[in-house]
Amino acid sequence: MPKVKETEILIVGGGPAGLSAASAAANLGASVLVLERDEKPGGQLIKQTHKFFGSKKQYAGDRGYQIGDLLIEQCGNNPKVEVWTNTTALGIYEDGVVTAEGRAKHLKINPKKIIVATGASEKMITFPNNDLPGIYGAGAVQTLMNVHGIVPGRRVLMIGAGNIGLIVSYQLMQAGVEIAAIIEAAPTIGGYLVHASKIRRAGVPILTSHTITEAYGNESVEGAIICKLDEGWQPVSGSEQDLKVDVICLAVGLSPLTELCFQADCQMKYVSELSGHVPVRNEHLETTRPGLYVAGDVSGVEEASSAMVEGRLAGISAACSLGYGEDIAPKLQAEALAELSELRAGPAGQKTLRGIMNLMDKGGAVC
Amino acid sequence: MLNKTGIPTAEDVKKVAPSEDRLKKGPVAIIECFQEIPCNPCTEACKQGAIQPMEDINNLPRLDFDKCNGCGVCLSRCPGLAIFIVDASYSDTEAVVRIPFEYLPVPQVSDKVVGLSRAGEELGVFEVIKVQSGGRKNKTYTLWIVVPNNLAMDLRSIRLGGVRHAN
Repeated sequence: MPKVKETEILIVGGGPAGLSAASAAANLGASVLVLERDEKPGGQLIKQTHKFFGSKKQYAGDRGYQIGDLLIEQCGNNPKVEVWTNTTALGIYEDGVVTAEGRAKHLKINPKKIIVATGASEKMITFPNNDLPGIYGAGAVQTLMNVHGIVPGRRVLMIGAGNIGLIVSYQLMQAGVEIAAIIEAAPTIGGYLVHASKIRRAGVPILTSHTITEAYGNESVEGAIICKLDEGWQPVSGSEQDLKVDVICLAVGLSPLTELCFQADCQMKYVSELSGHVPVRNEHLETTRPGLYVAGDVSGVEEASSAMVEGRLAGISAACSLGYGEDIAPKLQAEALAELSELRAGPAGQKTLRGIMNLMDKGGAVC
Repeated sequence: MLNKTGIPTAEDVKKVAPSEDRLKKGPVAIIECFQEIPCNPCTEACKQGAIQPMEDINNLPRLDFDKCNGCGVCLSRCPGLAIFIVDASYSDTEAVVRIPFEYLPVPQVSDKVVGLSRAGEELGVFEVIKVQSGGRKNKTYTLWIVVPNNLAMDLRSIRLGGVRHAN
């Protein structure tokens, strides 16, 4: 029989939410194990070279990878936190045992509490030849460039003008790669306008109400046909343009990575404002399965700044439920909730707020 | 429309531009931030008390042009790279525009660069008179570019001469 690893709090995912949860829980005295499927923790933060928004409390002004380094260091300096990299959680069972695959072994972990912070996965769109080599998700482009130091090509068509499409375009330009255009099917730019403006003034066109109709090329991408969309999102005939590019990068949104939550029998609800099926949870981020918390994009796709605050909230709540820091936990929880309200108070946060209201609403279809 | 193209309109710019009189007095910040997003590092960067504290972190920055001395600390702190410093007192015919810069290669002092408008359109060839590094942590460079007076409120970028690694 393989030995079962005992821990107080198991955190699945070592990104901004998971690492923030780990240090918050450990600071209150709980012992924590973090499972990270990649070879290095930090999640998407390690690939973010731009300065973050928010306030000082969320490290605003620091670049994403610098924040990642800081969170990794905080966990590394805390003897209560153990991080297993190259380890993927496989399942959460009725008796509370979590199984994982790591270092070519099947591992069993028996935690008292679980925080799922698995993040999100990229969406795909359909168009003819979307399987040609040279068509990448934005996350892959960032991994190639910012982890491995490889540029994906010479001239890129970016699809999607949300924050990811804008940021990855900027990173490509910084790496000396030309952006032929950024196209966006919606009538307006979805990402922060300051990101859009800095790219536009460097000469890159941002074409809203535009979509890709096909990619073409023999061995790999040689170009793309794009066209305008009318107010009903229908292609405008005669508006086709042929762009010679060797890379097409898709930044068309994210879906919460919720397989573990489904498998653990958490009650799930489809909330479009949160970008897909998300677990029903209370204010302190505990799901309908007692002792199982969620934090970050898995509970609704948002920014890394709010993922870090959610992670801290889930970590405090899980530790407090084990009897750690009961005197100060309510104050810390209130602070985290206030920070989240602050981050979501403006126009940019309205969608998330509507989604959370929708999620908390007891009516409606749940599964 | 800014939210369709990424290009701030003349009306947008007018809302954040100082008066002609203030511009002539010397360096002043222009905060080209037109969308309410949760972000406040500029308010903490300003040691002159010119960028007022925000009640709500989503508020747009508010700058008191008379308190601003154009020091440029906010320029290098703004995560959106949306702050520029204009000094219309540089000479009778010329002004200096300071812009944030995060590409390679970084221009050197006395280099000639192609100036670009907010729409990325070429405005001419201009001289860089000073280059300041943001330091090891901040990393954003500030470029001082001399332009004719009438382009002080137009030049906001330069054409990238970045190396083409992928060739």
